[in-house]
Amino acid sequence: MLPTPSTSHVAFERIYEPAEDSYLLLDTLSAQNEKAFLSERFNYNTGTMGQHSPAPVVFEIGTGSGVVIAFLHAFAEVIFGRADIITSGVDVNSYACKATEETVKVAEKDQTTQTESHGFYLGNTLADLTSCLKSGAVDILVFNPPYVPTPELPALPTISEKLEQPSYEDDSHLLSLSYAGGADGMETTNRLFDDIPRVLSKDRGCAYILLCAQNNPTEVKERIRNWGTEWMAETVGSSGKKAGWEKLQIIRIWRVEKIANSNLRASA
Amino acid sequence: MKLLTLNFLTCAVKTCKSSSASFPLHPKNCELVSDTLAPNPKLLANILPRLDWAALSTIALELNLPTLPENAPSPESLAENEQLTKDLHSLLLETQISEGALVCANCGHEYAIKEGIANFLLPNHLV
Repeated sequence: MLPTPSTSHVAFERIYEPAEDSYLLLDTLSAQNEKAFLSERFNYNTGTMGQHSPAPVVFEIGTGSGVVIAFLHAFAEVIFGRADIITSGVDVNSYACKATEETVKVAEKDQTTQTESHGFYLGNTLADLTSCLKSGAVDILVFNPPYVPTPELPALPTISEKLEQPSYEDDSHLLSLSYAGGADGMETTNRLFDDIPRVLSKDRGCAYILLCAQNNPTEVKERIRNWGTEWMAETVGSSGKKAGWEKLQIIRIWRVEKIANSNLRASA
Repeated sequence: MKLLTLNFLTCAVKTCKSSSASFPLHPKNCELVSDTLAPNPKLLANILPRLDWAALSTIALELNLPTLPENAPSPESLAENEQLTKDLHSLLLETQISEGALVCANCGHEYAIKEGIANFLLPNHLV
Protein backbone atom coordinates (compact mmCIF):
# COMPACT_ATOMS: atom_id res chain seq x y z
CA MET A 1 0.00 0.00 0.00
CA LEU A 2 1.44 3.35 -1.02
CA PRO A 3 1.14 6.02 1.67
CA THR A 4 -1.35 8.88 1.20
CA PRO A 5 0.42 12.22 0.73
CA SER A 6 0.17 14.47 3.74
CA THR A 7 -2.37 17.30 3.54
CA SER A 8 -2.02 18.48 7.15
CA HIS A 9 -1.02 21.97 5.96
CA VAL A 10 -4.28 22.46 4.02
CA ALA A 11 -7.13 24.79 5.14
CA PHE A 12 -10.21 22.61 4.80
CA GLU A 13 -12.58 25.52 5.51
CA ARG A 14 -12.11 26.47 1.89
CA ILE A 15 -10.38 23.53 0.21
CA TYR A 16 -11.87 20.08 -0.35
CA GLU A 17 -10.63 17.63 2.26
CA PRO A 18 -9.64 14.18 0.91
CA ALA A 19 -12.55 11.81 1.37
CA GLU A 20 -13.80 8.43 0.18
CA ASP A 21 -13.85 9.62 -3.43
CA SER A 22 -10.22 10.80 -3.31
CA TYR A 23 -9.10 7.51 -1.76
CA LEU A 24 -10.98 5.52 -4.40
CA LEU A 25 -8.99 7.35 -7.06
CA LEU A 26 -5.71 6.64 -5.30
CA ASP A 27 -6.59 2.96 -4.79
CA THR A 28 -7.78 2.50 -8.38
CA LEU A 29 -4.80 4.21 -10.01
CA SER A 30 -2.31 2.19 -7.95
CA ALA A 31 -4.14 -1.13 -8.25
CA GLN A 32 -2.63 -3.95 -10.29
CA ASN A 33 -4.96 -3.54 -13.30
CA GLU A 34 -4.31 0.16 -13.83
CA LYS A 35 -0.60 -0.18 -13.17
CA ALA A 36 -0.53 -2.82 -15.91
CA PHE A 37 -2.58 -0.65 -18.31
CA LEU A 38 -0.53 2.49 -17.67
CA SER A 39 2.86 0.80 -17.70
CA GLU A 40 2.05 -0.80 -21.01
CA ARG A 41 0.50 2.28 -22.61
CA PHE A 42 3.38 4.52 -21.54
CA ASN A 43 6.10 1.92 -21.78
CA TYR A 44 9.46 3.61 -21.50
CA ASN A 45 10.92 1.37 -24.17
CA THR A 46 8.41 1.68 -26.98
CA GLY A 47 9.44 4.94 -28.59
CA THR A 48 9.98 5.42 -32.31
CA MET A 49 13.37 4.88 -33.91
CA GLY A 50 14.72 3.02 -30.88
CA GLN A 51 14.34 6.05 -28.63
CA HIS A 52 12.49 5.96 -25.39
CA SER A 53 8.83 6.93 -25.50
CA PRO A 54 8.18 10.62 -24.69
CA ALA A 55 7.56 11.66 -21.09
CA PRO A 56 3.87 11.19 -20.21
CA VAL A 57 1.97 14.34 -19.25
CA VAL A 58 -0.35 13.84 -16.27
CA PHE A 59 -2.93 16.56 -15.62
CA GLU A 60 -5.40 16.68 -12.76
CA ILE A 61 -8.48 18.86 -13.13
CA GLY A 62 -9.68 20.20 -9.79
CA THR A 63 -6.69 19.31 -7.63
CA GLY A 64 -8.23 20.52 -4.32
CA SER A 65 -5.76 19.68 -1.56
CA GLY A 66 -3.43 18.15 -4.16
CA VAL A 67 -3.58 14.67 -2.63
CA VAL A 68 -4.18 12.88 -5.96
CA ILE A 69 -1.67 14.71 -8.16
CA ALA A 70 0.93 14.48 -5.38
CA PHE A 71 0.34 10.73 -5.20
CA LEU A 72 0.81 10.26 -8.96
CA HIS A 73 3.82 12.58 -8.88
CA ALA A 74 5.55 10.85 -5.97
CA PHE A 75 4.83 7.25 -6.98
CA ALA A 76 5.26 7.64 -10.73
CA GLU A 77 7.79 4.81 -10.94
CA VAL A 78 5.40 2.38 -9.26
CA ILE A 79 2.25 3.46 -11.14
CA PHE A 80 3.59 4.21 -14.64
CA GLY A 81 6.74 2.13 -14.57
CA ARG A 82 8.79 5.30 -15.08
CA ALA A 83 9.66 8.41 -13.09
CA ASP A 84 10.10 10.77 -16.05
CA ILE A 85 6.53 12.03 -16.02
CA ILE A 86 5.38 15.65 -16.21
CA THR A 87 2.68 16.53 -13.69
CA SER A 88 0.46 19.57 -13.38
CA GLY A 89 -2.99 20.59 -12.20
CA VAL A 90 -5.69 23.19 -12.39
CA ASP A 91 -8.33 24.38 -9.95
CA VAL A 92 -10.85 27.24 -9.89
CA ASN A 93 -9.96 27.82 -6.24
CA SER A 94 -6.79 29.91 -5.81
CA TYR A 95 -6.26 28.57 -2.28
CA ALA A 96 -6.45 25.03 -3.65
CA CYS A 97 -3.80 25.90 -6.25
CA LYS A 98 -1.45 27.14 -3.55
CA ALA A 99 -2.20 24.18 -1.28
CA THR A 100 -1.62 21.71 -4.12
CA GLU A 101 1.83 23.13 -4.82
CA GLU A 102 2.69 22.65 -1.14
CA THR A 103 1.28 19.11 -1.05
CA VAL A 104 3.32 18.11 -4.09
CA LYS A 105 6.42 19.72 -2.58
CA VAL A 106 5.99 17.76 0.68
CA ALA A 107 5.34 14.46 -1.12
CA GLU A 108 8.35 15.05 -3.36
CA LYS A 109 10.57 15.79 -0.38
CA ASP A 110 9.41 12.55 1.30
CA GLN A 111 10.60 10.70 -1.77
CA THR A 112 13.96 12.42 -2.06
CA THR A 113 14.85 11.89 1.60
CA GLN A 114 14.39 8.18 0.96
CA THR A 115 16.40 8.48 -2.27
CA GLU A 116 13.29 7.50 -4.19
CA SER A 117 12.26 8.93 -7.57
CA HIS A 118 9.40 11.28 -8.43
CA GLY A 119 7.96 13.10 -11.44
CA PHE A 120 8.53 16.63 -12.72
CA TYR A 121 5.88 19.07 -11.51
CA LEU A 122 5.13 22.19 -13.57
CA GLY A 123 2.94 23.91 -11.00
CA ASN A 124 -0.80 24.59 -10.70
CA THR A 125 -2.90 26.97 -12.76
CA LEU A 126 -6.05 28.79 -11.75
CA ALA A 127 -8.40 27.73 -14.53
CA ASP A 128 -11.77 26.25 -15.43
CA LEU A 129 -11.43 22.62 -16.52
CA THR A 130 -9.26 22.24 -19.63
CA SER A 131 -9.90 25.73 -21.04
CA CYS A 132 -6.24 26.79 -20.76
CA LEU A 133 -4.77 23.63 -22.31
CA LYS A 134 -3.68 23.29 -25.92
CA SER A 135 -4.99 20.43 -28.06
CA GLY A 136 -3.36 17.07 -27.38
CA ALA A 137 -1.63 18.42 -24.28
CA VAL A 138 -2.68 15.62 -21.92
CA ASP A 139 -1.69 11.96 -21.84
CA ILE A 140 -3.37 11.08 -18.54
CA LEU A 141 -6.23 13.25 -17.30
CA VAL A 142 -7.65 12.74 -13.82
CA PHE A 143 -10.86 14.34 -12.55
CA ASN A 144 -12.78 13.95 -9.32
CA PRO A 145 -15.64 16.24 -10.30
CA PRO A 146 -18.25 18.10 -8.29
CA TYR A 147 -20.65 15.15 -8.75
CA VAL A 148 -23.42 15.80 -6.23
CA PRO A 149 -26.82 16.53 -7.83
CA THR A 150 -27.85 20.02 -6.72
CA PRO A 151 -30.72 22.35 -7.77
CA GLU A 152 -28.22 24.98 -8.91
CA LEU A 153 -24.67 25.17 -10.09
CA PRO A 154 -22.50 27.64 -8.15
CA ALA A 155 -20.95 30.43 -10.22
CA LEU A 156 -17.26 30.18 -11.06
CA PRO A 157 -14.97 32.73 -9.43
CA THR A 158 -14.25 35.59 -11.82
CA ILE A 159 -11.01 37.46 -11.98
CA SER A 160 -12.62 40.49 -10.38
CA GLU A 161 -13.07 38.66 -7.09
CA LYS A 162 -10.57 39.48 -4.39
CA LEU A 163 -9.87 36.58 -2.11
CA GLU A 164 -7.34 38.10 0.27
CA GLN A 165 -9.47 37.71 3.40
CA PRO A 166 -12.14 35.13 2.69
CA SER A 167 -15.39 35.49 4.57
CA TYR A 168 -17.55 32.59 5.69
CA GLU A 169 -19.63 33.12 2.51
CA ASP A 170 -16.49 33.04 0.36
CA ASP A 171 -15.42 29.79 2.02
CA SER A 172 -18.86 28.21 1.57
CA HIS A 173 -18.87 29.20 -2.07
CA LEU A 174 -15.44 27.72 -2.65
CA LEU A 175 -16.42 24.45 -1.01
CA SER A 176 -19.68 24.30 -2.97
CA LEU A 177 -17.66 24.49 -6.17
CA SER A 178 -15.95 21.28 -5.11
CA TYR A 179 -19.13 19.20 -4.73
CA ALA A 180 -22.13 20.86 -6.41
CA GLY A 181 -22.77 19.28 -9.80
CA GLY A 182 -26.16 20.72 -10.80
CA ALA A 183 -28.57 18.54 -12.80
CA ASP A 184 -27.83 14.84 -12.13
CA GLY A 185 -24.56 16.08 -10.68
CA MET A 186 -23.24 16.10 -14.25
CA GLU A 187 -23.22 19.69 -15.46
CA THR A 188 -19.51 20.28 -14.93
CA THR A 189 -18.47 16.76 -15.90
CA ASN A 190 -20.38 17.09 -19.16
CA ARG A 191 -18.53 20.29 -19.96
CA LEU A 192 -15.29 18.41 -19.47
CA PHE A 193 -16.47 15.57 -21.71
CA ASP A 194 -17.09 18.11 -24.49
CA ASP A 195 -13.39 18.98 -24.44
CA ILE A 196 -11.84 15.56 -23.83
CA PRO A 197 -11.49 14.59 -27.51
CA ARG A 198 -9.55 17.80 -28.15
CA VAL A 199 -7.28 17.83 -25.12
CA LEU A 200 -6.23 14.17 -24.93
CA SER A 201 -3.19 13.25 -27.01
CA LYS A 202 -4.30 11.31 -30.08
CA ASP A 203 -2.02 8.32 -29.73
CA ARG A 204 -2.04 7.58 -26.00
CA GLY A 205 -4.36 10.00 -24.19
CA CYS A 206 -6.64 8.55 -21.51
CA ALA A 207 -8.83 9.94 -18.75
CA TYR A 208 -9.97 8.79 -15.32
CA ILE A 209 -13.24 10.30 -14.15
CA LEU A 210 -15.03 9.62 -10.87
CA LEU A 211 -18.81 9.23 -10.93
CA CYS A 212 -21.49 8.46 -8.36
CA ALA A 213 -24.58 6.31 -8.92
CA GLN A 214 -26.82 9.34 -9.42
CA ASN A 215 -24.67 10.46 -12.37
CA ASN A 216 -25.98 7.44 -14.31
CA PRO A 217 -22.58 5.91 -15.07
CA THR A 218 -24.00 3.29 -17.45
CA GLU A 219 -25.54 6.00 -19.62
CA VAL A 220 -22.33 8.05 -19.39
CA LYS A 221 -20.22 5.18 -20.67
CA GLU A 222 -22.66 4.55 -23.53
CA ARG A 223 -22.51 8.19 -24.54
CA ILE A 224 -18.72 8.10 -24.70
CA ARG A 225 -18.66 4.90 -26.72
CA ASN A 226 -21.02 6.62 -29.15
CA TRP A 227 -18.37 9.24 -29.89
CA GLY A 228 -16.89 6.71 -32.32
CA THR A 229 -15.64 3.15 -32.60
CA GLU A 230 -12.22 4.19 -31.38
CA TRP A 231 -13.61 5.36 -28.03
CA MET A 232 -13.66 3.07 -25.01
CA ALA A 233 -15.14 3.63 -21.56
CA GLU A 234 -15.00 1.10 -18.73
CA THR A 235 -15.43 1.03 -14.98
CA VAL A 236 -12.02 0.34 -13.49
CA GLY A 237 -12.73 0.89 -9.82
CA SER A 238 -15.73 1.10 -7.51
CA SER A 239 -16.46 1.75 -3.87
CA GLY A 240 -18.31 -1.48 -3.47
CA LYS A 241 -21.82 -2.15 -2.29
CA LYS A 242 -23.15 1.00 -0.70
CA ALA A 243 -26.68 2.36 -0.79
CA GLY A 244 -27.67 5.75 -2.16
CA TRP A 245 -25.73 8.36 -4.05
CA GLU A 246 -22.41 7.68 -2.40
CA LYS A 247 -21.86 4.55 -4.49
CA LEU A 248 -18.82 5.65 -6.45
CA GLN A 249 -16.94 4.38 -9.47
CA ILE A 250 -14.00 5.40 -11.60
CA ILE A 251 -14.37 5.17 -15.34
CA ARG A 252 -11.43 5.07 -17.71
CA ILE A 253 -11.87 6.70 -21.10
CA TRP A 254 -9.40 6.05 -23.89
CA ARG A 255 -8.98 5.70 -27.64
CA VAL A 256 -7.92 2.55 -29.42
CA GLU A 257 -6.82 2.30 -33.01
CA LYS A 258 -9.73 2.21 -35.43
CA ILE A 259 -10.74 -1.31 -36.41
CA ALA A 260 -10.16 -1.87 -40.13
CA ASN A 261 -13.38 -1.90 -42.14
CA SER A 262 -12.76 -5.42 -43.41
CA ASN A 263 -12.70 -6.76 -39.86
CA LEU A 264 -16.03 -5.11 -39.11
CA ARG A 265 -17.69 -6.65 -42.15
CA ALA A 266 -16.31 -10.08 -41.32
CA SER A 267 -17.78 -10.00 -37.81
CA ALA A 268 -21.18 -8.63 -38.93
CA MET B 1 5.08 28.00 -12.63
CA LYS B 2 7.80 26.33 -14.65
CA LEU B 3 8.48 28.18 -17.88
CA LEU B 4 7.92 24.84 -19.59
CA THR B 5 4.20 25.15 -18.79
CA LEU B 6 3.94 27.67 -21.63
CA ASN B 7 4.40 24.80 -24.04
CA PHE B 8 1.04 23.42 -22.91
CA LEU B 9 -1.04 26.56 -22.31
CA THR B 10 -3.27 28.35 -24.77
CA CYS B 11 -5.78 31.19 -24.63
CA ALA B 12 -8.87 30.13 -22.68
CA VAL B 13 -11.25 32.19 -24.80
CA LYS B 14 -13.26 29.67 -26.86
CA THR B 15 -13.10 31.56 -30.13
CA CYS B 16 -9.30 31.71 -29.94
CA LYS B 17 -8.94 27.92 -29.96
CA SER B 18 -9.30 27.83 -33.74
CA SER B 19 -6.56 30.40 -34.26
CA SER B 20 -2.92 29.33 -34.36
CA ALA B 21 -1.98 32.72 -32.91
CA SER B 22 -3.38 31.71 -29.52
CA PHE B 23 -0.42 29.37 -28.90
CA PRO B 24 2.04 29.93 -27.45
CA LEU B 25 1.01 32.73 -25.13
CA HIS B 26 3.59 35.47 -24.97
CA PRO B 27 5.31 36.40 -21.70
CA LYS B 28 4.97 40.05 -20.69
CA ASN B 29 6.95 41.71 -17.89
CA CYS B 30 7.81 38.30 -16.51
CA GLU B 31 10.05 37.87 -13.49
CA LEU B 32 12.06 34.69 -13.86
CA VAL B 33 13.53 32.69 -11.00
CA SER B 34 15.74 29.65 -11.15
CA ASP B 35 15.47 26.49 -9.10
CA THR B 36 18.51 24.28 -8.74
CA LEU B 37 17.89 20.78 -9.97
CA ALA B 38 20.34 17.91 -10.16
CA PRO B 39 21.15 16.96 -13.77
CA ASN B 40 18.58 14.52 -15.13
CA PRO B 41 19.56 13.56 -18.68
CA LYS B 42 16.86 10.84 -18.92
CA LEU B 43 14.08 13.26 -18.08
CA LEU B 44 15.46 15.93 -20.38
CA ALA B 45 15.84 13.54 -23.32
CA ASN B 46 12.28 12.22 -22.95
CA ILE B 47 10.67 15.63 -22.46
CA LEU B 48 12.03 16.97 -25.76
CA PRO B 49 9.89 14.83 -28.11
CA ARG B 50 6.78 15.82 -26.14
CA LEU B 51 7.34 19.51 -26.87
CA ASP B 52 6.40 21.95 -29.58
CA TRP B 53 9.93 23.05 -30.43
CA ALA B 54 8.90 26.09 -32.49
CA ALA B 55 6.84 27.40 -29.57
CA LEU B 56 9.76 26.80 -27.22
CA SER B 57 12.14 28.72 -29.49
CA THR B 58 9.70 31.61 -29.71
CA ILE B 59 9.52 31.90 -25.92
CA ALA B 60 13.31 31.62 -25.52
CA LEU B 61 13.74 34.41 -28.06
CA GLU B 62 11.16 36.66 -26.39
CA LEU B 63 12.81 36.22 -23.01
CA ASN B 64 16.36 36.86 -24.33
CA LEU B 65 17.43 33.38 -23.29
CA PRO B 66 20.15 31.42 -25.13
CA THR B 67 19.11 30.70 -28.74
CA LEU B 68 17.95 27.17 -29.34
CA PRO B 69 18.94 25.02 -32.33
CA GLU B 70 16.43 24.87 -35.17
CA ASN B 71 15.28 21.38 -34.27
CA ALA B 72 15.07 19.42 -31.05
CA PRO B 73 18.39 17.63 -30.53
CA SER B 74 18.42 13.85 -30.55
CA PRO B 75 19.51 12.08 -27.34
CA GLU B 76 22.83 11.28 -29.04
CA SER B 77 23.63 14.87 -30.00
CA LEU B 78 22.50 16.02 -26.56
CA ALA B 79 24.91 13.59 -24.90
CA GLU B 80 27.74 15.07 -27.00
CA ASN B 81 26.89 18.73 -26.41
CA GLU B 82 27.49 19.73 -22.81
CA GLN B 83 26.62 23.39 -23.25
CA LEU B 84 23.33 22.64 -25.00
CA THR B 85 22.43 20.13 -22.27
CA LYS B 86 23.16 22.76 -19.63
CA ASP B 87 21.11 25.40 -21.47
CA LEU B 88 18.13 23.06 -21.94
CA HIS B 89 18.32 21.80 -18.38
CA SER B 90 18.20 25.38 -17.17
CA LEU B 91 15.46 26.50 -19.56
CA LEU B 92 13.14 23.52 -19.30
CA LEU B 93 13.64 22.21 -15.80
CA GLU B 94 14.88 25.07 -13.65
CA THR B 95 13.33 28.29 -14.96
CA GLN B 96 10.15 29.47 -13.26
CA ILE B 97 7.95 32.52 -13.84
CA SER B 98 7.05 34.09 -10.50
CA GLU B 99 5.24 37.24 -11.66
CA GLY B 100 4.10 38.74 -14.93
CA ALA B 101 1.50 38.13 -17.60
CA LEU B 102 0.80 35.90 -20.58
CA VAL B 103 -0.68 37.51 -23.67
CA CYS B 104 -2.76 35.97 -26.44
CA ALA B 105 -1.60 37.20 -29.84
CA ASN B 106 -5.04 36.54 -31.28
CA CYS B 107 -7.37 38.44 -28.95
CA GLY B 108 -4.90 40.41 -26.80
CA HIS B 109 -6.25 39.04 -23.51
CA GLU B 110 -3.70 39.08 -20.70
CA TYR B 111 -3.48 36.38 -18.02
CA ALA B 112 -1.81 37.55 -14.81
CA ILE B 113 0.75 35.45 -12.99
CA LYS B 114 0.95 36.08 -9.23
CA GLU B 115 3.23 34.18 -6.86
CA GLY B 116 3.92 31.67 -9.59
CA ILE B 117 0.27 30.88 -10.35
CA ALA B 118 -1.30 31.98 -13.63
CA ASN B 119 -4.95 33.04 -13.58
CA PHE B 120 -6.97 31.79 -16.53
CA LEU B 121 -10.39 32.50 -15.07
CA LEU B 122 -12.26 34.68 -17.54
CA PRO B 123 -14.58 37.60 -16.83
CA ASN B 124 -18.22 36.70 -17.55
CA HIS B 125 -18.40 38.43 -20.93
CA LEU B 126 -15.56 36.28 -22.34
CA VAL B 127 -16.75 32.85 -21.20
